[in-house]
Amino acid sequence: MRYAMVIDTLKCVGCSDCVVACQTENDVPIGYCRDWITETVSGTYPNIALELKSERCNHCENAPCVRCCPTGASHIVDGGIVLVTADECIGCGACIESCSYDARYQHPDGYVDKCTFCHHRLKKGQLPACVSVCPTKCMYFGDLDNPNSEVSQLLKNRKYKTLAPEAGTNPHVFYLI
Amino acid sequence: MTTSRRKFIKISALGLGGVVASASALNVFGKNSYLNEIVAQNIVKNLKKTATYCEVCFWKCAAWAFTNENNEIKKIIGNDDDPHCNGRLCPRGTGGVGMYHDEDRLKTPLIRTTINGEETYREASWEEALDLIASKFKNIKEKYGAESVALLKHGSPGSHLEHLFKAFGSDTIAEPAYAQCRGPRETGFGLTFGSWIGSPEPTDIRDTKCLVLIGSHIGENMHNSQVQEMSDAIDNGATIITVDPRFSTAASKSKHWLAIKPATDIALLLSWMHVLIEEDLYNKKYVDTYALGFDELKAHVKPFTPEWAYGITTIKPEEIRKTARTMAASAPSVIVHPGRHVTWYGDDSQRSRAIAILNGLLGSWGNRGGFYFKEKISIPKYPHPKYPEPKWGWHDLGKQYPFSEMGITSELVKATIPNKDNKHPIKAWLIAGTNLINTLPQREKTIEAINAVDFMVVIDTMPMEITGYADVVLPECTYLERYDGIRSATNRTPSIAVRVPAVKPKYNSKPAWWISKEIGERLGLGDYFNYNDFEDVIEWQLNKMGTSLEEMKKIGVKKFERTSGPLFLEDGQDYEFGTLSGKIEFYSHQLAEKGFDPMPVYTPHPEPPQGFYRLNYGRSPMHTFSRTINNPNLSDLKDENTLWVNPKVARILDLKKGQEVWLKNQDDKLSTFSIKVRVTERIRWDSVYMYHGFGHNNKKLTRAFGKGVSDTELISKVVIDPLMGGTGLRGNFVSILTENPHKNIEL
Repeated sequence: MRYAMVIDTLKCVGCSDCVVACQTENDVPIGYCRDWITETVSGTYPNIALELKSERCNHCENAPCVRCCPTGASHIVDGGIVLVTADECIGCGACIESCSYDARYQHPDGYVDKCTFCHHRLKKGQLPACVSVCPTKCMYFGDLDNPNSEVSQLLKNRKYKTLAPEAGTNPHVFYLI
Repeated sequence: MTTSRRKFIKISALGLGGVVASASALNVFGKNSYLNEIVAQNIVKNLKKTATYCEVCFWKCAAWAFTNENNEIKKIIGNDDDPHCNGRLCPRGTGGVGMYHDEDRLKTPLIRTTINGEETYREASWEEALDLIASKFKNIKEKYGAESVALLKHGSPGSHLEHLFKAFGSDTIAEPAYAQCRGPRETGFGLTFGSWIGSPEPTDIRDTKCLVLIGSHIGENMHNSQVQEMSDAIDNGATIITVDPRFSTAASKSKHWLAIKPATDIALLLSWMHVLIEEDLYNKKYVDTYALGFDELKAHVKPFTPEWAYGITTIKPEEIRKTARTMAASAPSVIVHPGRHVTWYGDDSQRSRAIAILNGLLGSWGNRGGFYFKEKISIPKYPHPKYPEPKWGWHDLGKQYPFSEMGITSELVKATIPNKDNKHPIKAWLIAGTNLINTLPQREKTIEAINAVDFMVVIDTMPMEITGYADVVLPECTYLERYDGIRSATNRTPSIAVRVPAVKPKYNSKPAWWISKEIGERLGLGDYFNYNDFEDVIEWQLNKMGTSLEEMKKIGVKKFERTSGPLFLEDGQDYEFGTLSGKIEFYSHQLAEKGFDPMPVYTPHPEPPQGFYRLNYGRSPMHTFSRTINNPNLSDLKDENTLWVNPKVARILDLKKGQEVWLKNQDDKLSTFSIKVRVTERIRWDSVYMYHGFGHNNKKLTRAFGKGVSDTELISKVVIDPLMGGTGLRGNFVSILTENPHKNIEL
């Protein structure tokens, strides 16, 4: 089992619903976020392209945040999900520095927090909050190891990219382009 | 009465008067839910869900509000069975929790008073505030007639107050949703197809092969099911054609983006018709069967070649031809979208007519992938005595606009400003759920009218700009804290949804139905409010519809069968349209009789003078109108607007990204606050763009105050639609000031 998220940039309208759904689902304090929207404009008027996409922790297979964590608070669990054990986190911030995706933030309570792929929801058979709420249905979630899963099929049939491939982190968030 | 009597005063020096959202609320889940799984799962188990429908915008998506054991609202999730949302709310709906938690909410009734010569508000009991309102209303009724009390409203509270007003004898009612938003398209489509578009729009976007958006930025306006269906259409490989001077989000999803010169849309539409007819691409069978006036239309559009349109719209002739052919190849599965907020240049009903006629030529009305026949379900009327017949009302105020079918806010404003020729003077206003200061153009006229009324009440959940002008402010509770009218929906299949309070009203706020009933009883109209609780009304109505409140509390949404026939026309089916002729009217005799152009005509509109740029504005997906900017969750997503400026303009004016600038319009109206420059290729060089609704100047909105610029305050020039009284809002031009023009003025 390797969980992955596939996001169709051709459908994302950048509304930020994923962001607010994550905040209410995970009690992310106002002013912080576990996911966010980026907008990239290229070209000159009137020949322009615009890419909107929802970003978050990439749940890397080769995760620098896990490698550098001095207490083992950052760890990888079944399904390849990268988690932080808050009680073991000393808030040193090494993982924040090492993350190629700037996906972690320091929670006001002192520990480091980030996207969990809504681990607690997965256990109940639910999709991550962001995926379940997206009005454009541009976000897909599933198992890369299952060739018939929606995510595997999309990656087989569509062009895609990952972010910062040069970092060699082997991320589990993919963007259809 | 001095004109400064009702100057804006801040709702200040008031205690919080209630509980601030418990800090512990943040930790219920946050501290490591996945680690301490048992705790987390217990919490999840304990969340109680309550059926509601959203009130953050007008789409009214049915949802579930989740509360924890401390009766705190944790999250709101869409109802899977609801055709408005299909289980997925938009960011505003998801962020509806913030509307409840906002600690800046109005907390208790307030009455305007003067202490030591200073105008201020004092806290009042509901009893006192309602008594005062009733006595003022009675006085005005005795002196001038009930008709002189006007209601300006929006959203769910509006319908409760409308009942109160009609019982009282006043039909002097209007809402900005008509003359400042979608009225022209209802007139344009009404005259052509004999049917209003209504809300939600009956556009079969999910099945369309070609979606044409004219200035309509679906995706930035988060009209939920439309956004969802546009995404389905993208999946299905539909062609999207977007006409917009700005590279909107929808434009970025489009095969063709026509970067039109602002205010020239009718020329493009006429030219498209020209191509369809001259190249024999229109839907002949459909037109022959259902339409009248084709020959007149053919002759009318003959001169409007793509070459003619190129000179006006700056869109290349081959682009015009190519897109017309694409539409024709997709027909009848094509939608030239009627849009929403279509009050642009004053000839908006005629532009909407052009859009409707184009749809008629393509045969999209009543065809799959075009427009479906919507079906509304009517809610049984809770019995009450017959309303008295008012001597005059919104009809009489809007008389000069023969095709208006709802109250025109700007005409109510006009009738409020003293004028010896005014046969229908308005003496009092009750405003509910609409921040008129940021909603109506020509702010000084609104304020002049406010200064002229004898008495003014504002009902809202938040201290908006308009509340500061009221004599009495009544705090309404949010939609999460009240029962409300049953939502019926115009959709492919009819459905109803209920709103049940998830929690008790916070602070000393009350639902609008209660406020209406209390005022009504004080006015001797008790017979019209023959129930203890609005719950009784809903229960009665639901029973009549073969369900019950108990059932609806469990399911939230109930779907019914269609009874009006199929969604679409059958091939060649005999069908009578709702027009006078029963046909689709390309040529409108009704318009001709009233002295208007029977077919749409392109008229040039003013262009920005040297040093000025057209002020364009639109929606941000995270906010609705100006009402959500202070919502803590939504403000967190976007707390200010920026001024979109083309890099060429930035170079000429030496503007840098993030630089604070002020705006001055052609009538020397200055923006109150500054706005940060966003240098982007996504905007033409003759225009600037900003999101609507920002630049609040009420300090009690602690998150929204002073953030960005209000587009509304820069809209002083308005061209009125002669057909239905809509206010064209896109004819204003601004210059960009890099120095603070308010240096010596204290805000």
